[in-house]
Amino acid sequence: MNLARRTLIGIPYLWLLLLFLVPFGIIFKISLSDYAVSIPPYTPTLDLSEGWQGIRDFFGALDWENYVFLTEDDLYWRAYLSSLKIAAISTFLTLCVGYPIAYGMAKSAPEWRPMLMMLVILPFWTSFLIRVYAWIGILSTEGYLNQFLLWVGIISDPLQIMNTPTAVYIGIVYTYLPFMILPIYATLERMDESLLEAAEDLGCSRLSAFWIVTFPLSRSGIIAGSFLVFIPALGEFVIPSLLGGSSTLMIGKVLWEEFFSNRDWPVASAVAIILLLILVIPIILFQKNQEKNQEADT
Amino acid sequence: MKPAVKPAEFAPWLDQNETPLIRFDGVTKRFGDFTAIDNIDLKIYRKEFYALLGPSGCGKTTLMRMLAGFETPTEGTITIGGQDMKGIPPNRREVNMMFQSYALFPHLSVWDNIAFGLKRSDMPKDQIPERVKEMLRLTRLDKFARRKPHQISGGQRQRVALARALAKAPKLLLLDEPLGALDAKLRQDTQFELMDIQEKTETTFVIVTHDQEEAMTVASRVAVMDNGKVIQVDTPARIYETPNSVYVADFIGDVNLITGNATLKDGGLAALSWAEGQPDIIGTAGEGGGSGAATFAIRPEKVAISAERPEGMNNVVQGRIHDIAYLGNLSTYHVELSDGTIIKAQTANNRRLSRRSFTWEDEVWLSWTDTAGLVLAG
Amino acid sequence: MRRFSWFNATALTMGFAFLYIPMVILVIYSFNSSRLVTVWAGFSTHWYGELFRDQAFLDAAWVTLRVAFVSSTFATVLGTMAAYVMVRGGKFMGRTLFSGMIYAPLVMPEVITGLSLLLLFISIGLDRGIVTIILAHTTFSMCYVSVVVSSRLVSFDRSVEEAALDLGCTPFDAFKSVTLPLIAPAVIAGWLLAFTLSLDDLVIASFTAGPSATTLPIKIFSSVRLGVSPEINALSTILLLLVTIGVVTASLVSKRRIIQQKRDEQLAEQAPQ
Repeated sequence: MNLARRTLIGIPYLWLLLLFLVPFGIIFKISLSDYAVSIPPYTPTLDLSEGWQGIRDFFGALDWENYVFLTEDDLYWRAYLSSLKIAAISTFLTLCVGYPIAYGMAKSAPEWRPMLMMLVILPFWTSFLIRVYAWIGILSTEGYLNQFLLWVGIISDPLQIMNTPTAVYIGIVYTYLPFMILPIYATLERMDESLLEAAEDLGCSRLSAFWIVTFPLSRSGIIAGSFLVFIPALGEFVIPSLLGGSSTLMIGKVLWEEFFSNRDWPVASAVAIILLLILVIPIILFQKNQEKNQEADT
Repeated sequence: MKPAVKPAEFAPWLDQNETPLIRFDGVTKRFGDFTAIDNIDLKIYRKEFYALLGPSGCGKTTLMRMLAGFETPTEGTITIGGQDMKGIPPNRREVNMMFQSYALFPHLSVWDNIAFGLKRSDMPKDQIPERVKEMLRLTRLDKFARRKPHQISGGQRQRVALARALAKAPKLLLLDEPLGALDAKLRQDTQFELMDIQEKTETTFVIVTHDQEEAMTVASRVAVMDNGKVIQVDTPARIYETPNSVYVADFIGDVNLITGNATLKDGGLAALSWAEGQPDIIGTAGEGGGSGAATFAIRPEKVAISAERPEGMNNVVQGRIHDIAYLGNLSTYHVELSDGTIIKAQTANNRRLSRRSFTWEDEVWLSWTDTAGLVLAG
Repeated sequence: MRRFSWFNATALTMGFAFLYIPMVILVIYSFNSSRLVTVWAGFSTHWYGELFRDQAFLDAAWVTLRVAFVSSTFATVLGTMAAYVMVRGGKFMGRTLFSGMIYAPLVMPEVITGLSLLLLFISIGLDRGIVTIILAHTTFSMCYVSVVVSSRLVSFDRSVEEAALDLGCTPFDAFKSVTLPLIAPAVIAGWLLAFTLSLDDLVIASFTAGPSATTLPIKIFSSVRLGVSPEINALSTILLLLVTIGVVTASLVSKRRIIQQKRDEQLAEQAPQ
C-alpha cells in the first residue's frame, strides 16, 4: 500500500479511532471507578509517575460496584425498560404517520415530487430544539390545543398532555418524521408500477394489492426508517426533558441528571455502557442494512 | 464515404526484419480463481489496425486494459516500443484510450477536453491551441469547440473522445467498442472515417469489438479470442477463408458444419465420411484436420444450387428446399438432406422475382468444388 | 398517468399540516405584544427588539456561528476522505471497523457521544471550550458528510477518472481536476448538512462546552426550561426564515440547472451532425 493511499485511509481512520472509539474505552474505565469529591470527580486516576506500583494500585481500585448499584436501585432498570417501551411505541407511531405521507408523495404526479421532497426536508434543516419548543406552547394546559378543543366544545376541562408520556410520543414522532419518510419514499419511488397493475389484473383489489405487493417491497425502507428512529429515540434527552416532565422516565434523562445534577460520573458512565450494550445489536444491524442497500444501488 | 485504399502489401508481420511495437509474452491474468487471460503471446506491429474479436467474457477488454495500464498481468511481460511496461502507471505510458462510454469530462468544453492531455504533457503551452485546432479539424468538430458534452449529440461526443485520445499523438491508440452506441448508418460511416484517420495519423490502433463485421471491415489483422485464449490471428480474408478451427469458422460469418471422420488425401486434401450411403466429402485439409474426428466447414456462398444433378463434381448432395431467407440482394436457401442435415446455399439474386427458379419444397442438387471447404479438426 | 386518490391527497395534506402548523403558530405568536404566549394581545415586533438587545444571546450566537463554520469545514474534508475510502478503497485491513465507525455515530444517542467526548478531553487534560466543541462537532458531522458524498461517489462513472489517468494525470491530479468538480454538489450539500447539525446541537455541546463557552442551543434550552418565552419565538422565526430562504433558493437553483441541461441536450440531438 503506497504512502498516498495510506494517508488517505489513515487520517479519517485515526480521527474516528481517537475521537469515537477510544472514548468508549474511557467510559468503561470510569464506570469501574468510584465517586470522589475532586476534579475530576472520580477515583482512581491513572498516575504514571507512580510507576508500576501506581498502575497496580489503579487496577486494584477498579470494581464493578457501580454496575451492582444499577441493579439495586430500581430507578435504572425501570428507566431502561421505559425507554425501550417509549422508543418502540414511538417508532411504530412514526411509521403509521410517516408511511401514508411517503406513499402519497411517491404516488403523486412527478412534477410535484421535488417540491414535496423539499417540504419534508425543510423541517429537518430547522432547529430541532425550536420545533420541540413549539409543542410546549401547543400542549400545555393553557396551550393552543386545549384552547382550540375548549372553544370547539369537545372537552370541558383542559387535557393534561404536557409532562406525560403522550407528549413525548408526539414530540418524537414530530421530530423524527422526516427520517422515517425519506427512506420509505425512496423505496416506494423506485418501485415498478407495473407490478401493481399485474396484481390487479390477476384479481387483487386495490387494498390487497397494496398489502401483497407494495408493502413487502417497501420493507427495506421501513427497516431503515425504523432504525433511524428507534436507536436515537432510545437515548433521547431533549424531548423527555422539555415535554415529558418528571413522570416520564427515559434513560437519556437519567444519564444527564446523573452526570450534571448528581455529579456522579462513574454511575453515569455505567449507565452509558449498559445503554451501549443494549444498542450494539441494533446498531450493527443498521450498519449491515446500510451497506447492503448501498451495494444494491451500485 | 469511400473506404481508404490500403497500399497493396501492408504486412509487417511477414517481414523478418520488423520488430513489433507491442509484445505479449506468456501473459496470464487471474482474478482470484478466475483466469481471464490464459498464457497469451501476441505481436502487434506499427501502423496496424489490430482487432481483438470475441464474445463477452473472452478477455479482450482485460487485454486492452493491461495495455492501457489499468490492470497488471499476473504472469508474463508486456512490452511497448521495446520497453517493459511493468510498474509503469497509465499516466506515464504513450498509450491513449477511447472509452466505450466516451468518458468525456462533463464540466469541461470540447476544447478543454481535447486540450486536457496536452496540458499534462511536455508540449509548450503556446503550441497547445494549434494542436487542439488541428484535432478539431481532423474530426470535423470545429464549430463545437466551446460546447459542453451534454450540448452535443452522441456521434459528436464519440468524435470528441477520438480527438482527445489522438491529441497527444500516442504510439498506440486503444478503442474499446467505439461504435456500439451508434446507429447502423452512422456506424458504417464512422468505420471508414476511423480507417482514414488511422492512415493519416499513422498511429497503431487496437480495437476491441464483439461485432465481427466491424472487425472485418476496419482491421489489418484480427485476433479471434475465446475464454482467455487467442484462437487465431490473421488478416480478415484469411480468417474468413481459412479458419483454423470450428470455433473461428462458426464465429465469423455464416458457415455450414458437417461432422464426420476424416482421412488425408494427396494434394493437401482430405476426405470426410459423414453419412451412411453418401460419398465422402472432399475439402482442403485444415490444421490437424487430416484424420480422425473432423468437421467439414463451407461458406454458403460457395455452395451452388441447381435443379439438375451437376456433371463432373465430386461434392454433390441432393435435398429439398426447407426454407428461403430473402435478403434483397441475396437469397439463402436452407436445404434439408435425406438424413435431416440442413445445408445453407447462398446465391445473389441476379434475376427478378418472377424469373427465379427455386421455391419451397423443390428437389434440388447442391455442389461445391474440392477446395471450397475446409476439413477442420474436432 | 397517476390516478388521483382521495386517500393520497388527505394523507399528504394532514401530514404536512402536522409538520408545519406548530411552526406557523410559533411564528405568529412571535409578533404577539403580550408576554403570555398563548393569548393573543395584538401585533408587535417588541420581542425582536428585546432579542437584539440581549447581549448574552448575541454572544452565544457568535460562538455558535464560529464553531459551525470551522467544524463543518473540517468535517467536510474528513468526511469526503472517508467517503472516498469507503467507496473506492477496496479491501484493506480493518475495513469493517472503519465502516462501523462511520455509520454508528449516525444513530448513536447524543448523550453517549457527548459523555464519551467529555471524558476523553478530561483524561487528556484538554480544557473545555470552543476548541473541544469544534472537535466534537467535527467528529459526528464527518459521518453525515461521508454518507452524502458516498452516495454521489457510488453513482459516479469511473471511466472518467480512468480517462484522466490515461491522459496523463497523477491520481491526485485526477481527483482534483475531474472527480472533485463532479462531486462538488454533494460536497457542498455535506458542508451545509454539517453546518446545520452543528448550529442545532444541544446535547453534545452541553457536555463539551464547559463554563467558558455557551452556544445558542444551550442558551435556548436553559431559557426554555423555565417556560415559554416570546423572545425564543422571535429567535425561532428568524432561524426559520433563514433556513426557508436557503432551502427554497437551493431548490430553485437546482431546478433551473436541470431544466437548462435538458434543453441543451434536446438542442444537441436535433442539430445537424
